[in-house]
Amino acid sequence: MIMDIKHFSFTYAGASAPSLKNINLPIEENKVTALIGPSGCGKSTLLRSMNRIHDLYPGNKYEGEILLKNLETKKFENILEIKKENDFINLRQRVGMIFQKPTPFPMSIYDNIAYGLKLQGKKNKTELDEAVENALKGAALWNEVKDRLNADARGMSGGQQQRLCIARAVALKPEVLLFDEPTSALDPISTGAIEELIVELKEEVSIAIVTHNMQQASRISDFTAFMYLGDLIEYDKTETIFLNPKEKRTEDYITGKFG
Amino acid sequence: MRLMINKIVLILSTLAAVIGIGFLFWILITLTIKGVSAINLHIFTADLVDNGLRNLLVGQFTLALMAVVIGVPIGMVAGIYLQEYSFGNKYAEFIRNLSDVMMSAPSIVIGTFVYAIVVNPVGHVNGWAGAIALAIMMIPIVVRTTDDMLGLVPRELREAGVAIGAPKYKVIFNIIIKAAKVGIMTGILLAFARIVGETAPLLFTSGNSEYFTMDLNNEFPSLTVAIYNLATMPDEKLVNLAWAGAFLLTLFVLIINLIGRFITKEKKQ
Repeated sequence: MIMDIKHFSFTYAGASAPSLKNINLPIEENKVTALIGPSGCGKSTLLRSMNRIHDLYPGNKYEGEILLKNLETKKFENILEIKKENDFINLRQRVGMIFQKPTPFPMSIYDNIAYGLKLQGKKNKTELDEAVENALKGAALWNEVKDRLNADARGMSGGQQQRLCIARAVALKPEVLLFDEPTSALDPISTGAIEELIVELKEEVSIAIVTHNMQQASRISDFTAFMYLGDLIEYDKTETIFLNPKEKRTEDYITGKFG
Repeated sequence: MRLMINKIVLILSTLAAVIGIGFLFWILITLTIKGVSAINLHIFTADLVDNGLRNLLVGQFTLALMAVVIGVPIGMVAGIYLQEYSFGNKYAEFIRNLSDVMMSAPSIVIGTFVYAIVVNPVGHVNGWAGAIALAIMMIPIVVRTTDDMLGLVPRELREAGVAIGAPKYKVIFNIIIKAAKVGIMTGILLAFARIVGETAPLLFTSGNSEYFTMDLNNEFPSLTVAIYNLATMPDEKLVNLAWAGAFLLTLFVLIINLIGRFITKEKKQ
């Protein structure tokens, strides 16, 4: 286990009722955990709590604990206690995030990856070159872009942009990667490439992925959590969730009776 | 009946368009004919004192450029504040509206204001006062463009920047501004085109000078004020000089506007 979410509730700024209620969910180390559920069930909200990206907007309220394992000390630390800017930066480099729409920065392919590394304090040119190359290879993008590393990243195809964003996150050597519907804006071939990549990546990082696509969840995840209206209804091995769900609502959702 | 109304509306709107465009072309044609015939090499090499425009052209450009140097940083920082930092602040909307109102403030009022706060204390008209008046005209435009253009950058890009661990100010300056660069540049260019042809803010701030000078601490030459003065002179030679100046100024503003549009078009493709 690398993350442990305990009695976690979340209320958006200005909302009267919490969007997430008493969530308990472990994120297992070097596994893929899928969050599924109908729109508005809170799965993205939960994912976005795990690197506290919500804090970009003031007034949101967290309750409970989200524990993240420190890989050096092997101790769990509550990320909801983070207050200092530096600790936030550290958290986000340890828990990376990939968004629904590809978000290449308005700079060259090389700089897109080097940017985060420079923030980490890496300045040595050869070291950077090497890290960029490794990250691009890790995202199965190196062969496609090695001749145009200085080209604007926004000129790439959508699927390539998304893999670049993954490379950018992977380059920082995070412990956890959060994917927020990473393939919903992509064509089937690019989707296949990203799914393959996610499965390969779990050798190095732990992954949590929000997806609308149940086939995707069953293809790539080891564990699945089904959420509904801000509650975590059921969490188990993906196989169990899809073949032998305990809850009626889980079964109804998976078999397409609602959602 | 419906067809009739349709026809009448069509005729009326065509007529209105023809009248509008007709006057525009009338102005442009008169300006071109009178302006071009008055242009010769002499006006580019001699100063106003020798019936040339050199000091005026350089002066106008210098004033506008100084206005950019003063106004663009202030306007951009204000725009960045409004779009990126004022989240949930109730005064922000007020500032935004105020800035929009400033955009349509009569330029003569701005000129008077600067006269009161700069020229009066110093005791005489000077180039800085002119540049400040132009800068004040420019700031609301730059605020608005920066605000709008940053607003067009998708939220996800900000989140992506934060998600790789960049502090907020770095996300804004390294990523968001870069993404909005073309729009902001175009806005600045159009703001420049707007102020480079202004007379009223300069009339009693920078005054006018017949001589070539780069000293902004004293009265400063500008084409627009000179056109205003020359156009009412009895000497036809001087009036022609005003025509030449007016033509050059129009041409210059037109070119800047076209460049601005060209950039915007390029960006859209």
